[in-house]
Amino acid sequence: MAFLEITGLRKRFGSLEILKGIDLALDKGGFLVLVGPSGCGKSTLLNTIAGLESISSGDIRIEGQQINDLHPSKRDIAMVFQSYALYPNMSVAQNMAFGMEMRGVPKAERDKAVAGVAKTLQIEHLLDRRPSQLSGGQRQRVAMGRALVRQPRVFLFDEPLSNLDAKLRVDMRIEIKRLHQVTGTTIVYVTHDQIEAMTLATKIAVLKDGELQQVGSPSEIYNFPTNLFVADFMGSPAMNLLEGKVARANGAPSIVLERGDHPPIVLPSPPSADARQLADGAKVIFGIRPEAVNDRESMDRNAKTVATFSANVEIVEPAGSDTFVVTHIAGKEVTARMRADADVRVGQNHEFAFNLDKAVLFDPATTRRI
Amino acid sequence: MSAADLITAGPSREPTRHSTTTRVVIYGLLLVFAFIYLIPLVVMVMTSLKPLDEVTGGNMFALPHHPTFDPWVKAWGEARIGVSDTAGINGYFWNSIKMVVPAVLISTLLGALNGYVLTKWRFPGHKLVFGMMLFACFIPFQSVIIPMAVILGFLGSFGNRMIDLTGFSFGFGNPTENLVIVHVIYGLGFTTLFFRNYYEAFPTELVKAAMIDGAGFFQIFRRILLPNSAPIFIVTVIYQFTNIWNDFLFGSTFAAGDQSPMTVALNNLVNTSTGIVEYNVNMAAAIIAAAPTLLVYIVAGRYFVRGLMAGAVKG
Amino acid sequence: MTTTLAPTAVSTVRPRVQIRERLQNIVPKLVLAPSFLLVLIFVYGFNLWTLFLSFTNSKAFASTKLVGLLNYQRLWNWTFETDPPSNWYTAIVNMGIFGGLYVVFCLFLGLALAILLDQKIRGEGILRPIYLYPLALSFIVTGTAWKLFLDPGIGLEKAVHDWGWTSFKFDWVVNPRMMIYCVAIAGIWQTSGFVMAMFLAGLRGVDGEIIKAAQIDGASAFATYRRIILPIMRPVFLSALIILTHMAIKSYDLVLSVTGKNPGGAAELPSTFMYSYTFTRNQMAVGSASAVIMLATIAAIMVPYLYSELREKSR
Repeated sequence: MAFLEITGLRKRFGSLEILKGIDLALDKGGFLVLVGPSGCGKSTLLNTIAGLESISSGDIRIEGQQINDLHPSKRDIAMVFQSYALYPNMSVAQNMAFGMEMRGVPKAERDKAVAGVAKTLQIEHLLDRRPSQLSGGQRQRVAMGRALVRQPRVFLFDEPLSNLDAKLRVDMRIEIKRLHQVTGTTIVYVTHDQIEAMTLATKIAVLKDGELQQVGSPSEIYNFPTNLFVADFMGSPAMNLLEGKVARANGAPSIVLERGDHPPIVLPSPPSADARQLADGAKVIFGIRPEAVNDRESMDRNAKTVATFSANVEIVEPAGSDTFVVTHIAGKEVTARMRADADVRVGQNHEFAFNLDKAVLFDPATTRRI
Repeated sequence: MSAADLITAGPSREPTRHSTTTRVVIYGLLLVFAFIYLIPLVVMVMTSLKPLDEVTGGNMFALPHHPTFDPWVKAWGEARIGVSDTAGINGYFWNSIKMVVPAVLISTLLGALNGYVLTKWRFPGHKLVFGMMLFACFIPFQSVIIPMAVILGFLGSFGNRMIDLTGFSFGFGNPTENLVIVHVIYGLGFTTLFFRNYYEAFPTELVKAAMIDGAGFFQIFRRILLPNSAPIFIVTVIYQFTNIWNDFLFGSTFAAGDQSPMTVALNNLVNTSTGIVEYNVNMAAAIIAAAPTLLVYIVAGRYFVRGLMAGAVKG
Repeated sequence: MTTTLAPTAVSTVRPRVQIRERLQNIVPKLVLAPSFLLVLIFVYGFNLWTLFLSFTNSKAFASTKLVGLLNYQRLWNWTFETDPPSNWYTAIVNMGIFGGLYVVFCLFLGLALAILLDQKIRGEGILRPIYLYPLALSFIVTGTAWKLFLDPGIGLEKAVHDWGWTSFKFDWVVNPRMMIYCVAIAGIWQTSGFVMAMFLAGLRGVDGEIIKAAQIDGASAFATYRRIILPIMRPVFLSALIILTHMAIKSYDLVLSVTGKNPGGAAELPSTFMYSYTFTRNQMAVGSASAVIMLATIAAIMVPYLYSELREKSR
């Protein structure tokens, strides 16, 4: 039995259904990230776990105990908010102790708990300050401290890093990951930033319009997306998605990518695709991430299935650590990620290579992966 | 979000779930208070529609048995107001209108220009200037009426001189005009405050872009700020209208007699001690006096609230 | 700005540009100047004038004969003349009673209504304007309405008698000692809506996530209000307190309309004291002194407040 179990969760606001039947399971000590575009329902889902919003139907259990109807303060959870939500009229220490105060914990115990957590987060020197006197990163740490002090069964994070600037965001992300490793608490984390999702999660749940698109480990989500939405949403720059057709000629199917006035590219069907489902003449969407598109020199040494083709280089974007090269195939822009010192010039033809080990195919009608 | 927008936007969070008994208590209290707030107005209206014997003999909460509009007719055209000869309040009603309209327009326009200068054409000491104008909003008028009376008296005699010299008085000494002057001067603080706060939030980049395009001071005002100032104009006009229409102190001090504004006439009518007190007529007169501002409130309540908040400096 | 200009163009453009720039510099100040000067003269200048008068022995007309602090001394003596109470003593006592009740009850009622309305009430759109409409009324209209409502002969007392409770007595409005309480009732009725609006805006400005955090921390609704929401609203309290206090001190119209043309005794307030001593009793100097005291009290409250407000808003 999983530590956190959500079954058939539905939430309606009047006639509008925000969450359309969510099933999730998370083991103890796991880090589940709910990710998706704005309005997909991830914050609502988090709020239902917290008890800040009621559910229309379904079940939420922690350690087997149903918590659907429990008041938020009785669920043994803690939450860190996007705006930190620190009580402005109280000191940092009072902020952290407030929950315990409400539960009637005696002062001596409260002070001890606060001191302990303050030491872990290195905010002891801030204990007497007001939130208005703290920087963004310090406030974030105090917010986490307030949550830690409760020693909750589940930690909930609602886009905690969205208010921070880029550099601070990276630093705090590492702190959260370290916190997770040190305390081993079970975490449910909401973000719209898929890089945060990939770096922090042990499990990712991708949501769209209130429905789960895919649940899996970061590697699964990244390399084997179940549908076009997940493929496109995760990864930056986005996965290249090209329209193609299946050609079956004695046995092994191949994928044909038209190129207008250039000869079409013919590729062997990628290993990840179930070849039996490929009918001759069927339309497919060929997906390959930029880092799997480069040239012979930059190619991954372990790649087994490689296809090369020649194409015109349109844009070159030197990004410091890599160089992104854009070309056109089958009417669509294709981004390739090459080594920083790759010898590529705009306007010239270049020998590109696809690492087909990493390629995936999608059925355009169902948007699902083949 | 401005304070007034916050008020009208509604609760921003899912509230604590209340038990039914709590909700009943809450609604109950609110309704009781609503009743208390409405009851004086209701009584006023009912009394104004009753013949006098019903008022003096009956219960003020009772509906009129023989409703009649006579008190209204009388209030408008026939009642004796204090010791003046003018019958009915209609004359005074128009006095108020003649006084309020110019006062509101002039003070609002000046306020707009002042706000514009104070925010988009800053100069050293602008805070002090604004602060001094702001404080002027809060002075008790008692501390200025004596000197004002002296000055207006002087202007009056100057006007008489002009009549002797040229045949025109150029308006000096006309009580209505005096009131307009007074209200404009003492309204400047508020109108400047409103516009200054509004223009403070107006993007200065737009002004700078216009400057680069070669627009001058008045052009920027006319072409860039004014077209985008409709909300604050409405708010300021409503606020000034309400305050100036409802003013009593200045009206009674500087425009006694035939040229009094509505509020002064009402007070005189209600507090006449000669003869029988005609409560129904008094109430009708009061409602007539209150009608313009109440109407404005009903029609433009949202702006009214914004004006209140802006006048509170920090809402 | 422009770096390459044909030599001839430079020599003709520059002087014009210079004049234009200078004009641009001056025009804003020229536009603001009249308003500022008006305020300077008619507010600050007049206040000084009144201050000057308070040091003279002006009676019916202004005189320039200085008598030092004589008038203030008289006021000071009158403050302690309690048996029989001097007008000034009555005025001060009434100010305390009225001001205290007005401020306290407006704050209390305003906060209570705001909290009630904040509980996600259906029909808020109707209730809120009901609490606010009295503000659109002139104080004269308010006073007239309440004078009728509280009149023992035709108002509340009579109505209650008609319903059976014949020993009910409520003649406050004609009882000299209790008149001031009636003024307070009318004033509270009129202004509490305004305080409610201020508090409502304040309540709604509280970050929703703080409330969520308090819920998770297990704070009851009562604890959430007491420990978190109300402390956050301290600035609103202060604003409301200051505005209410200054309105109480300035109250003039309301007293007159509730109690009759010139209470001349029972419901005297510093504002009516000033008026009667200056214009009726021909003691202009004493009147001026009382006006100065009113001004000083208001200034003592407003100046620090305005100063801190303007400092905060530094841009």
